[in-house]
Amino acid sequence: MMGRLIRVLALVSAGVLGLSACGTAGTSGKLGGTVHVLGTWSGAEKESFDAVMKPFTDQTGVKISFEATRDLDAILQTKVAAGNPPDVTAAPGIGTLIKLVQQGKVVTLDDKLDTSQLNANYGADWINLGKVDGKLVTLYAWASLKGLVWYDPKAFSAKGYQVPKTWDELMTLQNKIKSDGGKPWCVALESQAASGWPGSDWHKEIVLSQAGPTVYDSWWQGKTKWSSAEIKQAWQTWGQILGAGDSNVYGGKQYMIATTFGDGGQGLFSSPPKCYMFNQGSFITSFFDGYTPKPTAGTDYAVFPLPDVNTANAGAHVVSGDAFVMTKDTPQARAMLKYLATAEAQDIWVKRGGGKIAINKQVSLSDYPDAISKSLAQVVVDTKIARYDAGDLMPSDMRNAYWSAVLKFAQDQSKLDTILSDLDKTQATAYASP
Amino acid sequence: MDGMTLVTARLPLLQVDWETLLSVNLPTLLFVIIGVPLVLVAYIVGFDVLVRRLPKRSQPSVRPWVWVAPAIAFVGLILVYPMIGTIVRSFFDRHGDTFVGLGNFVRLLTDHGILIVLRNNLLWLLLYPGLVILFGLLLAVLSDRVRYEKPVKSLIFMPMAISFVAMAIIWQFMYYYRPPDVPQTGTLNAILVNILHGQPQTWVQDTRFNNFALILIGIWGGTGFAMVILSAALKGIPGELLEAARVDGANEMTVFRRIILPLMMPTIVVVGTTMVIFALKAFDVVYVMTAGNYNTDILARRMYAELYNAGNYANASALAVILLLAVVPVLIFNLRQFRAVEARR
Amino acid sequence: MSVATAAPPAAPPIRPQAARTRWSQRLSGQISNAGLQVAVLALTLAWIVPTLGLLINSFRSGGAFNTSGWWTALAPPFNFTLESYRHVLGASDLAPSFFNSFMIAIPATIIPTTVAAFAAYAFSWMKFWGRDWIFLALVGLLAVPLQLTFIPLLTLAVHFGLTSGNTILGLNAGFLAVWIAHTGYGLPFAIYLLANFFRVLPQDLFESAEIDGAGPVTVFFRLVLPLSVPAIASLVIFQFLWVWNDLLVALIYVGGTPEVAPLTVTLTNLVGSLGQHIEYLTAAAFVSMIVPLIVFFALQRYFVRGILAGSVKG
Repeated sequence: MMGRLIRVLALVSAGVLGLSACGTAGTSGKLGGTVHVLGTWSGAEKESFDAVMKPFTDQTGVKISFEATRDLDAILQTKVAAGNPPDVTAAPGIGTLIKLVQQGKVVTLDDKLDTSQLNANYGADWINLGKVDGKLVTLYAWASLKGLVWYDPKAFSAKGYQVPKTWDELMTLQNKIKSDGGKPWCVALESQAASGWPGSDWHKEIVLSQAGPTVYDSWWQGKTKWSSAEIKQAWQTWGQILGAGDSNVYGGKQYMIATTFGDGGQGLFSSPPKCYMFNQGSFITSFFDGYTPKPTAGTDYAVFPLPDVNTANAGAHVVSGDAFVMTKDTPQARAMLKYLATAEAQDIWVKRGGGKIAINKQVSLSDYPDAISKSLAQVVVDTKIARYDAGDLMPSDMRNAYWSAVLKFAQDQSKLDTILSDLDKTQATAYASP
Repeated sequence: MDGMTLVTARLPLLQVDWETLLSVNLPTLLFVIIGVPLVLVAYIVGFDVLVRRLPKRSQPSVRPWVWVAPAIAFVGLILVYPMIGTIVRSFFDRHGDTFVGLGNFVRLLTDHGILIVLRNNLLWLLLYPGLVILFGLLLAVLSDRVRYEKPVKSLIFMPMAISFVAMAIIWQFMYYYRPPDVPQTGTLNAILVNILHGQPQTWVQDTRFNNFALILIGIWGGTGFAMVILSAALKGIPGELLEAARVDGANEMTVFRRIILPLMMPTIVVVGTTMVIFALKAFDVVYVMTAGNYNTDILARRMYAELYNAGNYANASALAVILLLAVVPVLIFNLRQFRAVEARR
Repeated sequence: MSVATAAPPAAPPIRPQAARTRWSQRLSGQISNAGLQVAVLALTLAWIVPTLGLLINSFRSGGAFNTSGWWTALAPPFNFTLESYRHVLGASDLAPSFFNSFMIAIPATIIPTTVAAFAAYAFSWMKFWGRDWIFLALVGLLAVPLQLTFIPLLTLAVHFGLTSGNTILGLNAGFLAVWIAHTGYGLPFAIYLLANFFRVLPQDLFESAEIDGAGPVTVFFRLVLPLSVPAIASLVIFQFLWVWNDLLVALIYVGGTPEVAPLTVTLTNLVGSLGQHIEYLTAAAFVSMIVPLIVFFALQRYFVRGILAGSVKG
């Protein structure tokens, strides 16, 4: 007891005098040091990220100090503006990052990463996504796939429904379900401060598949107006899915706007089913796991990609990914990004599940934990036209206006023209350089 | 700390660096808890000694500044200094290099969405301070007369102790909507459907009542605040004063109106002013519940969006200046109020 | 505990026990005591329903409370589970973040309370040039949106090295920055509240003290503080609460890395970034509430009538 007290007192004086252990430099020639990472991952995602980084820390002695926030826009912009940026930022969307790039606050990666390795292991689309004005600034490590339709195969076979291969087949199926007295869709748009985004996933998937990648790109870049024929048509096509007065959707508009997106799939699993199909990204399985009773992948739910609206753009898919940028150039941060580009690093999260799909092509399909995630990885491999989530690419006020527009449209489709002209107004100011 | 050790010791998952915690952090904390007040008290006592050495004549004009100096220094650094920058920025364009006069204000106040924002702030101003004070006063005065005052006050106070992340969940349990064909999980809709046999409502989304639903959350959270302060003021009213009035035959209502209320008035003004300012800068509730959708947007959330989503520092600054200007009438009212108190003594 | 250091121990309050009993006897005679009880209980009940729902759901699984209301759990079968609490209490950074929260909240309560008491005393009992206008400006600063102060202040903090990672006397410098920031943010309200309570103290107290030759320091510590214990107690409660529950200010000035993250950051991060396992937040809310409630209970005994009784006549 006494000995402990003395030891404690000794440490106190050392601590107060500022003599406490400050040597973090590695022994045995390791790099050592710390990378301060700012990101959004929390809960199970954070545990997976820790697992990914553990071999890196073991090999190099570089510790990862991870700071998570739900409000990345605010925290990142403040810290960067005040001259106190993190070393590396991991962002789910790159709208904010693009602003930082324009301000010259982001380190270009062309000479920091092994580009020949990157070219060999990454699809060209993913490298190009990371470029702004021809310079590589963002590294992607994992993708998740959007525009996936989840359904209960038991409910489908009970009614004799077939998985639709084309848009026409989807429309036919929709009508068949309705004539059988069922509701084709569950749509849930509530997500607190981000409410509306699940509907924007519907709309942008349709834009890409219907109008093609050129229009898609010029639209998120702010060069194609919201009131243009192509973008408007995509809204109307989504309107056909929802049906007149939202008649194709379980619970109608009230259910759509009031239901948390994570709960939106519940209707698939009740008996009789409240709805037969539910469109959500690959991560939604992490919410299915929380339902009571817990549905089983494969038997209780399966998935098919939303069919191509226009066959000219067959195989087009909207993806999103975890973007890494270097906001402070340190040897440790460079080493970390190099590591994240490797198949070894990406494989770790893939095996842990959670809907993550590796971007490095060397990650074997056999490493995906179940049949569904394997089939999704296969979709990504087969994707002929991959485009990043347009909402995440837009400036964040444009993105927020997009989400709000979804809520307004879902409540009253007849207001489409007003909604679009409001979006045009936001578009006119949102893209101004900061 | 010992209690916590017991709880955590049984949890194998918990990895705590007790060595650092006990040897470095805890002593630092103790050092700070003892050291900081010592420094502050030493400051006051020390400077008073210095002031006493001044000529008697100049002491009264120097002494007050010794007492207010720390406060002015902190507030000057933390609030005034950034606000000067904000006020300047509100007259420049979003790049901060071209003077635009009142351009930002004109554009913001003529924007088609601003009317809804102003209407909502007005609604907050009309309902939030008044009802918070009403319930706070009611609870302070009534609970003063029951034997279980402490438990009652603790329960009313509880919402204040809840962080705003949890608040969003609590009110999701209250307002959640599910279609009529499944059991309701939201408390309000369950009452509506099961007891009153009505249709479930989307409380947060329906523009007919969603602003009231949001303000109710604010009132629920703010009443504990008003109650505690008003209760502190109520306890300051001498018991003999009330006794004397009752001996004179005044009934309870008269005692309340003629004695309690006037004596509590300065405190009610303080709580009222604070609540009016809180209503003007209300943010959390709207931000987490609707993000300003469904016609619920308010000034402070708009400012937040200009700042972090649009990255438009100029617009955000102009909105902040509007908030500051809106407070001026309340300040003038306060000035009158405390000059009146001064005159009475 | 913080009040003990912020203010010297209060003079033992004189409890007018006799007056109180007579009062309540009178009361039952004059208004319907039953009506009073019903009103108090009804209001209390209305206030606790939302929290009660959260409490009950914190002992249920997420799947359960998404499909049935919290009240259904009150009937058999009682499918209660400690899973959420187990998860929250098992969080790896819980103990350090509890500590960090204390490390932030205690000084960030003591400093503004003390500084505000000094200033409020001057504002209410001393005369000086521009007093009323400075005071009004202070109250007006309550309306400053905190978000607009972040960039200029963090820039200053970075310039002076007051950021996490630097240490001053073995103390993480980021803590120093957050104390200063919270002090500035809290002062307008603190001064406003205290000045209001100080101002109504009876003038003859000060006059007699002056006759006895007591200086302002003595008057402040011997008279003003002990007589204002309820006001100071309520200020301590609120300032502590605001700082304890704060997420944003802490993230800006000290950051959210495990070695400095306060409880709010750690608990918020139990849930997935898209809101997976929201049930953990139900338990987290109660774990986080414990400390503010202890502070409230501890200080509640200072809310007593009669401190002034006898010292003043109507």
